[in-house]
Amino acid sequence: MTPAVTTGVWADVVGQPEAVRVLLEAARAALHFTSGRSAAPGAMTHAWLFTGPPGSGRSVAARSFAAALQCTGDAEEPGCGECSACRTAVAGTHADVRVVVPEGLSISVSEMRSLVQVAARRPTTGRWQVVLIEDADRLTEGAANALLKAVEEPPARTVFLLCAPSDHPDDVSVTIRSRCRVLSLGTPSPAAIADVLHRRDGLDPQTAEWAASVCGGHVGRARRLATDDEARRRRESVLRIPLGLRRFADVFPASDDLVRSAESEAKTVSGTLDEAEREALQTAMGAGGTGKGTASATRGAKGALKDLERRQKSRATRTQRDALDRALVDLAGFYRDVLLAAFGADAPLAHPDKAEDVRAAAGQWTPESALRRLEAVLACREALDMNVKPRIAVEALVTALHTGR
Amino acid sequence: MSAPAVTPDPLHLVLGEEELLVERAVRAALEAARLADPEAELRRVRVTEITPAELAEMLSPSLFAEGRVVVLDAAQEVGKEIAEAVTTYAKQPADGVVLVVVHTGGGRSKAAKDLPGALRKAGARLTECAKITKPSEREAFVRDEVRRAGGRIDPAGVAALVEAVGQDLRELASAAGQLVADAGGKIGEAEVRRYHRGRAEVTGFVVAEKAVTGDRVGALEALRWALHLGVAHVLIADALADAVRTIARVSAVGRADPFRLAGELGMPPWKVKKAQAQARGWNQDGLAAAMQVVADLNAEVKGVAADPGYALERAVLRILDAHQPR
Ligand SMILES: [Zn+2]
Repeated sequence: MTPAVTTGVWADVVGQPEAVRVLLEAARAALHFTSGRSAAPGAMTHAWLFTGPPGSGRSVAARSFAAALQCTGDAEEPGCGECSACRTAVAGTHADVRVVVPEGLSISVSEMRSLVQVAARRPTTGRWQVVLIEDADRLTEGAANALLKAVEEPPARTVFLLCAPSDHPDDVSVTIRSRCRVLSLGTPSPAAIADVLHRRDGLDPQTAEWAASVCGGHVGRARRLATDDEARRRRESVLRIPLGLRRFADVFPASDDLVRSAESEAKTVSGTLDEAEREALQTAMGAGGTGKGTASATRGAKGALKDLERRQKSRATRTQRDALDRALVDLAGFYRDVLLAAFGADAPLAHPDKAEDVRAAAGQWTPESALRRLEAVLACREALDMNVKPRIAVEALVTALHTGR
Repeated sequence: MSAPAVTPDPLHLVLGEEELLVERAVRAALEAARLADPEAELRRVRVTEITPAELAEMLSPSLFAEGRVVVLDAAQEVGKEIAEAVTTYAKQPADGVVLVVVHTGGGRSKAAKDLPGALRKAGARLTECAKITKPSEREAFVRDEVRRAGGRIDPAGVAALVEAVGQDLRELASAAGQLVADAGGKIGEAEVRRYHRGRAEVTGFVVAEKAVTGDRVGALEALRWALHLGVAHVLIADALADAVRTIARVSAVGRADPFRLAGELGMPPWKVKKAQAQARGWNQDGLAAAMQVVADLNAEVKGVAADPGYALERAVLRILDAHQPR
């Protein structure tokens, strides 16, 4: 096995040595190509699809690759992480790297069309015109079609980097997939996550190890748990639910808690963002100006503001659903751990710090009822995915967790 | 106000099978009689349930000249003796007595078949109440109803109303009356649609209420009616979910003062009170099952089910099955 590259921008790609090797090689070939030297045929591709389970670092890997493509440092190790091209590419401010993070629930056709136009231009400062789409699974059909045309006949110096979770493979159109080189990321090991939390983020080894052990292979989640008291408190309250449902009356407070904490998390996330975005927009539209053309400018500003509010609202819905889903993933992990304990299986636990609760639960419930509870959690995740009202879905779930039937 | 000096028609023949119209004709005869004599009493019997002697007694004028309205129902089943008595009486009606004969127009015996003709010959006032079967007749009925209520309706409004309400004359009549009361004089398609959207929410609510109280026939009927009206599936599903969850929440906290619980549960006291009453038909297993049903239904009406109408019906049946006394 190739030793893992852990320098420069690649240090951010946690626990994916094989993917890093492939990307580095492609970046080298690309560099040869732009500097006029011959490159191994097929080493460089104009369209990539980064897939992997949630938290595996798809977009981080794509950004690192974008940086490596633009890097002006060491030609044999592109992605030095120190040159201005690397730093701006990773930060998303490089003039020739467009990063699309869909803030609403999907990317619209008009957004995609303007993006495709930009992609067709020659790179201004760098070597490539890079277009990075973070959630390609959330493209509307129209947007996917607009993108497909560009991917099928890419301009000579344009590279498309699409990211999509591997648990929703059907959400990216088959045709687009077939035009892309697929880079599959795996779930990084706890050791690799702990290592990056300790060495890069400067967390103490104990906290880093704990966070890595309970994050389900989700690097961002681990970082959050290690650094955010509120996130830790929420996880504790979620994991108290299974053993806390003694009476039917316990169902509703627990449900309220789950839904409300997802709501408040969404509010915290969007509250600060919303205000900043509104201010930025008002400044850009020159709010409060006087003189000729002000009336029509005000009308335009109102439309833009309305549009922004619509997007912010859909982002809040998404954030809330994501927060709820995270809680459900934690719950599913608990019931899975109970099943493992019931069968005496020797697999790593999802919540090693809750081993005692897990044993207690395994003593109380039959394996069948633990399995039914696990299935209820998974069914609830699916229901939320299908836009079932969170309160209705969660109350039905917690009732099922209480009865075990 | 003194009664106008009118003498009511002493003899009425109400001919036909359209129940709503028959009832109206009978009521109109009674009202006309009471216009002349507000104290007029009503006696109503089926022709098959009286003897000739009883009939003679009913039709003879009272000693104190009080008015009386005698309604003979189901005259198509009349026997020979009574038919002869009625025909004889019709030739010379008594003072202060109004006789209303209700006849479908059919009949098996000759006496029964001949009765309407004989009454007409004797000068009975005829009200035709033939069954309304043709669309044009139904539309005319709707127009008349709206006019009776003091309004006017255009053809598009008539079509929309028939489409939304269906063919039942009683429903059509009450919708027409309500529409004029709500929308004022002129009624078009827009007024009809607005009126039914208002009713739609109520309708989903009715389905839910019948379902959680175990009224199987009523719940299914209300559901079909709601689907027929075109109430959005999501609205009915929401109403069902709300009803089930409210009962579950209220019964989870046990019996207590509704006013105290209202604050704790964040619901108005009347809602708590009602849910407490409804909760008597539920045990915890049933509620757990019903909560799962409404959660599944929410996904189904949002596009998972191929036929959301069927999904709703199945959900209502499952809720009814889960309903059982604790
Ligand atoms: Zn660099």
